[in-house]
Amino acid sequence: MCQVEEDYNGLERNQEKIPVPTFNRKCVKCKEGTAVLIIRVNDAFCRSCFKEYFIHKFRAMLGKNRVIFPQEKVLLAVSGGAASCSMLSQVQEGLSREAPKKLRFVPGIIHIDDGGACGRSADERQRSNALLKSIFTDTGFPYFIVSLEQVFSLPSSVLVPGTSDPDPSNPGYKQAVDQYIKEKQTLTEENVASAVAQLSLEDSPEHKLALERLFSSLKTLTAKEDMLQTLRLHLILHIARENGYSKVMMGDSCSRLAVKLLSNIALGRGAALASDTGFSDARYGDVVIVRPMRDYSSKEIAFYSRMFNVPSVFISGLDTKTQDKASIQRLTESFVTNLQSDFPSTVSTIYRTSEKLHTVIPPQSQTTEPASKCLLCLCTLDTKEDKASAFHATLVSEQLSQFKRQDPSVDAPEQCCTEGQGCGSGDCCSSNRLPSHQDLKTLLCYSCRLTIKDMVATNTLPPYITTEAEKRQKRSRMKMEISEYLLEDDEEDGD
Amino acid sequence: MAAPLGLHLEFGGGAELLFDGVKNHHVTLPGQSDPWDMKQLLTWIRGNMLKERPELFMQGDTVRPGILVLINDADWELMGELEYQLQDQDNVVFISTLHGG
Repeated sequence: MCQVEEDYNGLERNQEKIPVPTFNRKCVKCKEGTAVLIIRVNDAFCRSCFKEYFIHKFRAMLGKNRVIFPQEKVLLAVSGGAASCSMLSQVQEGLSREAPKKLRFVPGIIHIDDGGACGRSADERQRSNALLKSIFTDTGFPYFIVSLEQVFSLPSSVLVPGTSDPDPSNPGYKQAVDQYIKEKQTLTEENVASAVAQLSLEDSPEHKLALERLFSSLKTLTAKEDMLQTLRLHLILHIARENGYSKVMMGDSCSRLAVKLLSNIALGRGAALASDTGFSDARYGDVVIVRPMRDYSSKEIAFYSRMFNVPSVFISGLDTKTQDKASIQRLTESFVTNLQSDFPSTVSTIYRTSEKLHTVIPPQSQTTEPASKCLLCLCTLDTKEDKASAFHATLVSEQLSQFKRQDPSVDAPEQCCTEGQGCGSGDCCSSNRLPSHQDLKTLLCYSCRLTIKDMVATNTLPPYITTEAEKRQKRSRMKMEISEYLLEDDEEDGD
Repeated sequence: MAAPLGLHLEFGGGAELLFDGVKNHHVTLPGQSDPWDMKQLLTWIRGNMLKERPELFMQGDTVRPGILVLINDADWELMGELEYQLQDQDNVVFISTLHGG
């Protein structure tokens, strides 16, 4: 019902010429102050009401989804943009108020410097890092500024979902809060300040080179952006695990999430939509990703940053200044933004749809081993080849449309696999050392397969991915070999 | 009014990349018989200030969707958007909320 009304509002707005409003439009909330901005479709707010509205939304979001427990360590992923810096300022604001409305967790900050993948010069990176460092030290929280090159020194345990602690003595949310209030623990400033840690910024030049090779072996911008997201997430996960952070807060705004939802569908990531765009993403087991800014449109965030002087640093990314059609993500973004300007309820409709998405967990998922999670994005594998599934149809059509070159040159791998080049069909590259396209495919979900397909040489992948891939393949091979000796569950009540 | 108009323009959120990375600009618009409005200002910016890729800043007559405009720290939707008539020493801010610039 509300949707029909909103649509009508939007159409109405479109049909008639926007009437020139009177200059001194009053705030719809307090009816007194002069309005300074319009949110949603027609709600004009004055400065102070807007500030209250903004702050209230953040706390309401955290309070509604009771996932952050008191005294829990939460890592804030700050990219430097307006949304994540607003998130940072909201956290600061929330922690500084008097109890009992005070936010009660222990924050840390992480920033991933992906200049190596985006082609930024060392000078630029140093400048932005210095700016960010000054912003972070002002907050007083411990911070980590990590460069993406460090992804080459990650252990392969990153790809194994950790187990969340099902400790029976862990209280529910309400009890935890009550307990905390009773004990009235105060967080001393010194504790926080002394824990300021910073990973070393020294990257070995091999890592830099390796990162460049990795990104240049990906042919399309779509695949590059996808890979960048995955690697960033792995790095954040690793740092969170290493330092005991059980939650990570990301600054995705409503508009960004709407774009992400549609582009994920286009990328083939539909099965993981609920966790990719929902409030909390628990697929990594011990570390939960939380998105408290998902209710804010980018307009609100931009206005808030501007009006209340939230310091932020603009860092150009992979798709800065690219054309509209450069990648799927970019195309979706321009599509949604253009649609939004004519029909202002677009983003909120997409957002509300995403809230209703839930993943259907098949009943036997409790016993699935790690091998049935995608190697890269850790979502449940959706590529079981059912004869009647759409996935099977795509495989068949792929085989039919490929020019089948029977190339049994297993004994001459040096010919086809020169340095930096991949081989045409993945079949001949079945050397024992490096997983070829074919081998990796079985371990990946549909969209990660598409990303890897775009890759010219899979040996440029960081070592932690290749070692984990090998391990899983060995395990599945072993399982196949001993399968006849394994007792099946349904034979129990037989002989 | 034939007096030239002095304005303070600011670019943020990545829009400054289209203007040589400079965020703050003081410009003086030449005097003309009719008062300057936002539409004319945008055309003027496109002609005189935009160094590259005009399609990343403007779309037709107006700014590209995704770029917010503030006039004297207030939403330009409240001021009439393109019809707003500029006054001397106005502060106009363009903030990009998009990924790409």
